[in-house]
Amino acid sequence: MYLPNQNEFFIDPARCIGCEACVQACSECDTHKGHAMIHLEHVDRGQSTQTVPVVCMHCESPTCAEVCPADAIKKTDDGVVQSARKPRCVACNNCVLACPFGVPKMITDFELMMKCDLCYDRTSAGKKPMCASVCPSGALYFGPRAQIEQLRPRSTPVNKFQFGRQTVATKVHMMAPKGPAKAQYVDVTDAMNETGRGQRISLDILSTMYVSEEQP
Amino acid sequence: MSKEKLKANIWAFVVTAILARLITLGSGNLDRFDAALVGYTFATLFAAFGITRRYALWLQRPPTAMYWTRGWKVFFLLLHPRHIVSNLFRFFQRLFVHYAFNDFIWRRGRMRWLAHWYIMWGCVIAGGITFPLVFGWVHFASEPDNLEWYRVRLFGYPTVAFPIRSLVGFLTFHGLVWSSILVIIGVLLALRRRLHDHGAAALQEFGEDILPLFLLFAISVTGLMLTASYTWMKGYGYDFLAILHALTVIFTLLWLPFGKFFHIFQRSATVGVAFYQDVGKQGEQAKCRRCGEEFASRMHVEDLITVEQQLGYHYEMPDSPVEHYQWICPRCRRVLLGLAQGQLWSGVRDQESGIS
Ligand code: HEM
Repeated sequence: MYLPNQNEFFIDPARCIGCEACVQACSECDTHKGHAMIHLEHVDRGQSTQTVPVVCMHCESPTCAEVCPADAIKKTDDGVVQSARKPRCVACNNCVLACPFGVPKMITDFELMMKCDLCYDRTSAGKKPMCASVCPSGALYFGPRAQIEQLRPRSTPVNKFQFGRQTVATKVHMMAPKGPAKAQYVDVTDAMNETGRGQRISLDILSTMYVSEEQP
Repeated sequence: MSKEKLKANIWAFVVTAILARLITLGSGNLDRFDAALVGYTFATLFAAFGITRRYALWLQRPPTAMYWTRGWKVFFLLLHPRHIVSNLFRFFQRLFVHYAFNDFIWRRGRMRWLAHWYIMWGCVIAGGITFPLVFGWVHFASEPDNLEWYRVRLFGYPTVAFPIRSLVGFLTFHGLVWSSILVIIGVLLALRRRLHDHGAAALQEFGEDILPLFLLFAISVTGLMLTASYTWMKGYGYDFLAILHALTVIFTLLWLPFGKFFHIFQRSATVGVAFYQDVGKQGEQAKCRRCGEEFASRMHVEDLITVEQQLGYHYEMPDSPVEHYQWICPRCRRVLLGLAQGQLWSGVRDQESGIS
């Protein structure tokens, strides 16, 4: 079913401009028609313009699947963590509460958890996920690793995240600074006391953006 | 053999033994047992073993075990004299709208619902007729003084009687025809969706999604062919059809514990989950230790912390007043992801500008 290809998903929240194009596009995906699975969070709406797009990171060992009492969450052979199996999900909310990234959504009406499945209908056929196909600022990028490394010379993809004592490795990568300060992982819980940073960072990063960064 | 497997095997053995005993009891030590149905009977016994074994293994997984024990505790709490009436009402209401009507599938989509409703009721009716007949629990005997009447005998004891040539008689003796028709309509509707829906096409797998529909279809069609053979074709090909039909049924029975059909048994868990959520709502709520908002019941968060530890996760935050990442609400978790990336970049900037 899956055609192996060299495309990978890279997220770069610092580039997000909060335009919501991803949210609109997401709800057009055939595997969850009418329901946007991507989250677009305002970090602190009153104080800053910073926004964060959150897609499923497709953990190598998904906490959501492990805490599911109904065995409803499965991973494909190519590492995509799927939405809950429809006949099995008992709508208990364990996955929603346990996912370290806050990804699954409980659709109460359907008694069903739904989540980002990397637009499996598209990515398994070699296409980009809906969100990445419309993101104007490259915050959501789907393509070959060599290409993004060339386009963003100051960044490097990281796919390990630290939550307290737990390290979580994921299929989706986050862009982090390169060079001597290169982080081995993104320490999420270390940011507990951080506040929104306004546009300072995004403008800074956007200024280094290659003008020719057209995604094929 | 692991402890879990041993326990599951014991349970499976006990349940199968009880069923076997019920079959010998119900059929008057096999007096009323139809020898032609021995294949079906053994397949059912194997299925009972497999289903119980899988159910028992499943109940021992940490998150399921947690709901299982909590579910029962909560259940007895709800049976408290003060709440019993309203809770029993809610229980039966749920039984009706969730299990009998499938209200939630209705909301997922009308066609989805129609397909499932036909399949489910077709199978429930067919199962309700065949199992008791095969086991000899129910049989029909004509009245000694009136051969035009049949009396239903339950475990050998006489119950109601009805005229053979009557609407009741017609509906009863053709019960399997009606249920086959329901199943066939349901299966065709489900297959239609699976063939046309682009999203379903990307996700479905043969063994998990297509094979169950195919099996139900095969059982129903071969069953109807049997009826057609003896009703209109003087039994043409009856023996062959009977073997074909038995094979489809036996294969399905043996496969019940493994594939999609397991949801029939597994969804019983939703009862426990519903009670758990009711009690959770009434109890103390957990407040996010970042934003201060309530986001779940305290019981749920604490139970998840236990389950995560049992599963070998370490979301503890020993040096922080948060204590455990489970105390952070899903929205704050998403926000933190952005903040954490920002923190990495600000580190770089500070270095570049000489502040370190
Ligand atoms: C004899 C009983 C039942 C049979 C034979 C049965 C059979 C099936 C089949 C074949 C499917 C897959 C349909 C498809 O391919 O799209 C399915 C889906 C499903 N079943 Fe059942 N089922 C039964 C009872 C139940 C019960 C009692 C419940 C729960 C109340 C239930 C809940 C579901 C759900 C939630 C789905 C997924 C529906 C969706 O597509 O959203 N089933 N069932």
